[in-house]
Amino acid sequence: MHPFTLERPRDVATAMMLGARGAPATEYIAGGTDMLPLLKDEVLRPERLVAVGAGVLDDRIELGRDGTLRIGAAARMTDVADHEGVGETFPLIAQALLAGASPQVRNMATLGGNLLQRTRCGYFRDVGVVACNKRRPGSGCAAMDGDNRMHAVLGGSDQCIATHASDVAVALVALDARLRLRSLDGERIVALEAFHRVPGDAPQVETVLAPGELIAAIEVPAGAALARRSHYLKVRDRVSFEFALVSAAVALDVEDGRIRMARVAMGGVGTKPWRMPRVEQALAGARCDGTAYRAAAERATDGAVPRGRNGFKLDLMVRTLVRALEIAGGQA
Amino acid sequence: MSPPSVIGQPISRVDGRSKVTGAAKYAAEFDPGPRLGHGVVVTSTIAGGVIATIDTAAAETAAGVVAVLTHRNAPKLPYREHKADVDPEDGERLHVLQDDRVHHHGQPVALVVANTFEQATHGASLVRVTYHEEPALTDFGQAETRAVPPGARREDGGHPGETRRGNADAALAAAAVRVVAEYVIPREQHNPIELHATIAAWEDVTLTLWDKTQWVDNVRDEMAAVFGIPIENVRVVSPFGGGAFGSALRPWPHVTLAAMAARHVDRPVKIVLTRRQMYGSTGYRPHTVQRVALGAERTGRLVALHHEGIAETSTYEQYTESLLDATRLLYSCPNVTTRYRVAPMNVNTPTPMRAPGEASGLFALECAMDELAVALDMDPVQLRVRNDAERDEDADLPFSSRALRECFRVGAERFGWERRDPRPTSMRDTSGRLVGYGCASATYPVSVEAASARVQLLVDGSAIVSSAASDMGPGTYTSMTQVAAETLGLPLHRVTFELGDTRMPTAPVHGGSITMASVGSAVQAACTKARRQAFARAKRPSADLVEVLRQLDYSVDVTVHNEPDDAADHYSMHAFGAVFAEVVVDAALGTVRVPRIVGAYGAGRIINPKTAHSQAIGGMVMGIGMALLEHTVVDARSGRVVNSDLAGYLVPVNADVRDLEAIFVDEHDPHVNPLGVKGVAEITLVGVAAAIANAVHHATGRRVRELPITAEKLV
Ligand SMILES: Cc1cc2nc3c(=O)[nH]c(=O)nc-3n(C[C@H](O)[C@H](O)[C@H](O)COP(=O)(O)OP(=O)(O)OC[C@H]3O[C@@H](n4cnc5c(N)ncnc54)[C@H](O)[C@@H]3O)c2cc1C
Ligand code: SF4
Repeated sequence: MHPFTLERPRDVATAMMLGARGAPATEYIAGGTDMLPLLKDEVLRPERLVAVGAGVLDDRIELGRDGTLRIGAAARMTDVADHEGVGETFPLIAQALLAGASPQVRNMATLGGNLLQRTRCGYFRDVGVVACNKRRPGSGCAAMDGDNRMHAVLGGSDQCIATHASDVAVALVALDARLRLRSLDGERIVALEAFHRVPGDAPQVETVLAPGELIAAIEVPAGAALARRSHYLKVRDRVSFEFALVSAAVALDVEDGRIRMARVAMGGVGTKPWRMPRVEQALAGARCDGTAYRAAAERATDGAVPRGRNGFKLDLMVRTLVRALEIAGGQA
Repeated sequence: MSPPSVIGQPISRVDGRSKVTGAAKYAAEFDPGPRLGHGVVVTSTIAGGVIATIDTAAAETAAGVVAVLTHRNAPKLPYREHKADVDPEDGERLHVLQDDRVHHHGQPVALVVANTFEQATHGASLVRVTYHEEPALTDFGQAETRAVPPGARREDGGHPGETRRGNADAALAAAAVRVVAEYVIPREQHNPIELHATIAAWEDVTLTLWDKTQWVDNVRDEMAAVFGIPIENVRVVSPFGGGAFGSALRPWPHVTLAAMAARHVDRPVKIVLTRRQMYGSTGYRPHTVQRVALGAERTGRLVALHHEGIAETSTYEQYTESLLDATRLLYSCPNVTTRYRVAPMNVNTPTPMRAPGEASGLFALECAMDELAVALDMDPVQLRVRNDAERDEDADLPFSSRALRECFRVGAERFGWERRDPRPTSMRDTSGRLVGYGCASATYPVSVEAASARVQLLVDGSAIVSSAASDMGPGTYTSMTQVAAETLGLPLHRVTFELGDTRMPTAPVHGGSITMASVGSAVQAACTKARRQAFARAKRPSADLVEVLRQLDYSVDVTVHNEPDDAADHYSMHAFGAVFAEVVVDAALGTVRVPRIVGAYGAGRIINPKTAHSQAIGGMVMGIGMALLEHTVVDARSGRVVNSDLAGYLVPVNADVRDLEAIFVDEHDPHVNPLGVKGVAEITLVGVAAAIANAVHHATGRRVRELPITAEKLV
């Protein structure tokens, strides 16, 4: 591990001042559940860590009168999952959180950190591997023709096909969540869908965050009509404590056995949490039945590019989505 | 009056409290004083070639760094000849930092010693190594074509390249029913939770090592050979092991490195490998490809059995295991051939991992038997019972005892096998998921090695019993305490058993399920002798040992060396078992879950049903991992492991494990050893993966012949 100093700023302004300076090389740390492994593996070698957990950033979870959910970036996964209002109004979020990591990790991990967790690509996390464009721009991509079973089939480029591994981000993207970002220049709001970037030619740049900019909060617009018929389904090799092969977040607004509006996103398959507008369009107005689910789910793989060992994900995506829709929408 | 028998009682672990309270000391936790230096290994990032340059300047000047050892400045060590049972017969261990050659990814190329672990870690990251890379063999598919028969002869404990009984080819050609199939098992890693660790301290010419090991005596012997010093000058201490499963049978290069560095910097040095480093350094179960051909009569009688296997090994050592051994004796069959090949590659040497050989070999054989049952339209249990062997047709000896049929009877009944509808895809659970039942035979040889034990009977009426044995988790402390208490006729609380120190009487390796039989027999013999001596010295006659001891002026102190008798010349000695698994398969998503496993074992006398049951269900958990999850992913282009951590190398978590039950059938074996024990460590893994794979076939109609059985193989 590279030696670093740990700063514990008393307020967010100080944190951002430290974070915005280019030198020494600085990273924020919240729960540390991803940062510490990355430090130990020397994937990251910051000189300075700035703690931005509760106390610096908001960790409150609030359900507004208008039904908007606001989650402070420092809120812990466990607390959000256990929050009564979240469970009732946005069960999709609670399910996605509980499908992730383990209770121990969730007790430490923050929502802000979760959205910014780095990919699980084994070549990225082993500095003994030379070729990784994300870790060393221009060095190549060992996964492209290597072990890419867990890798993305959507949003990849010939530079990088690393999967974004967050579960809750998938649920949040489906629910049109937006982020409040804060920097010394003030606050801005960015849709979560526009927050992560596909790798393109610069896989090392993963989000639209400016240097030193922080996630302050996550906001989810009211969605009462969608709450009752929603489901997060995660398919994985072992029953618990494992990242998704494929996951699906679906929320349906159903009236008289017909879908008025659908929200669908998938995880484990994209270089970022992947919203599925074509599936949503295909579902809108459709009846709640297996044929409609299947027809819509087939659209999920539009544009998907298998890269070898991850080819099975295409079929599995459709099957997973159909199942999630069946569970959420039932059969009319 | 002697106290009630404690052998056979479900005694809780005598060391349980010390383990859960943290009082038990593991290798890395010993404190050799404030001058302790910390060593961190730098490992190679190529699979083959030579080191071109090593730049240690930055590391040497980093804060706290005491020394950087590379092949350029490391002392040349004698590396005298030393081979133990746990070392491959053919080849020579890696000589660490003795030259510029790189044989595999993850080979130590430098060691940084610093005042703190953090400083050493940082120092290690500053060492820059460049290489002249040479073509390396890292693709099993390529290596397979250059596989060779094992070099070591069977008489020398080697595993033969070819064996033949009758004429399998002809019998196969003439057989009424045939099954031919290929089975693939990926490399698997032991992944004990305790990381491998060694602390080395020199005092003048003597070396003390606190080491994670399953065999203190061999660490002593090997270090004496490596450093060219007398055995008496080396002491090895290892009272507890946090799991090993075979990974700590041999001393790996870091043990030598610790001792080398400690002498170099003239301070004690501790090395703890990282999880990642263990993948390139502490061995693994080799990747195997096996082909099985079975021929049978319509009645199910086997007439031909052909089993061949190819496994990876390193370029510098030829690791072989009992991959095909069980095939030659498990069933009665007049025509049997086996063919074994090893493929040298630029990888580190494999090493025994729980049930080495049998776990892999019987996966193939027992899946093939299931395929044969399907081809015959015969119940798989029936098929095995029909082919049960009356004697070991390979060694041409009677079995000392064999409970295979009984295990199938008891296991099938307990499991509810009769509820099985034999047609694939015919059974479903209440939520509509496919249900499958599968079974498999299990066997593992029983061996006994020479061992010694010391018994001190103290005048306060207590006993201290010791042997340089090991306890990596199964409960050696507890079972030996029971054997000693029973033999001495003392209550358990008056007996203390000690192990894990070369100063104690010699013991064999803690592997191959031999500890109970070997060390247990020595403890029993020593206790018998000590008790006799105590009574002989008694001043007033009494039947109570405590009373007798209290009369003595000085303690009784005996050491007994126990050699196994010649039973192995007259009997084939094996434990047998039957494993039953139920799976639930989500056909649409390809996920397999294992709600239930029942194993029935004929494992001789069970000293402690509680620890034996724990050990058995541990084997089943490992079997679930083998069947569904475990897979060391090696990048064939580079030879580097891709998933070298516990986030990428999956083992079962609690949620994957449901009802596990182990039944030990009554078995009295008068031949195996005086205690009548067979060992339960390895056999409880054998057959589990096959039973699960067979259940998956029953549930889905899909035959998956390559482990692990993951979603993409089923959808
Ligand atoms: C064994 C294991 C299994 C896991 N399994 C899953 C899983 O199945 N599903 C899943 O979704 N996740 C999983 N995770 C990931 C886990 O959810 C994340 O590690 C965690 O959410 C990160 O949160 P943290 O607060 O610990 O972030 P940290 O580790 O502290 O930080 C992570 C990153 O976020 C940055 N950061 C943190 N907060 C902010 C902020 N407010 N503004 C700007 N930058 C910030 C940090 O600089 C850092 O780059 C797993 C993790 C582990 C260790
Ligand atoms: S997929 Fe991306 S993260 Fe993985 S090796 Fe390629 S460039 Fe690196």
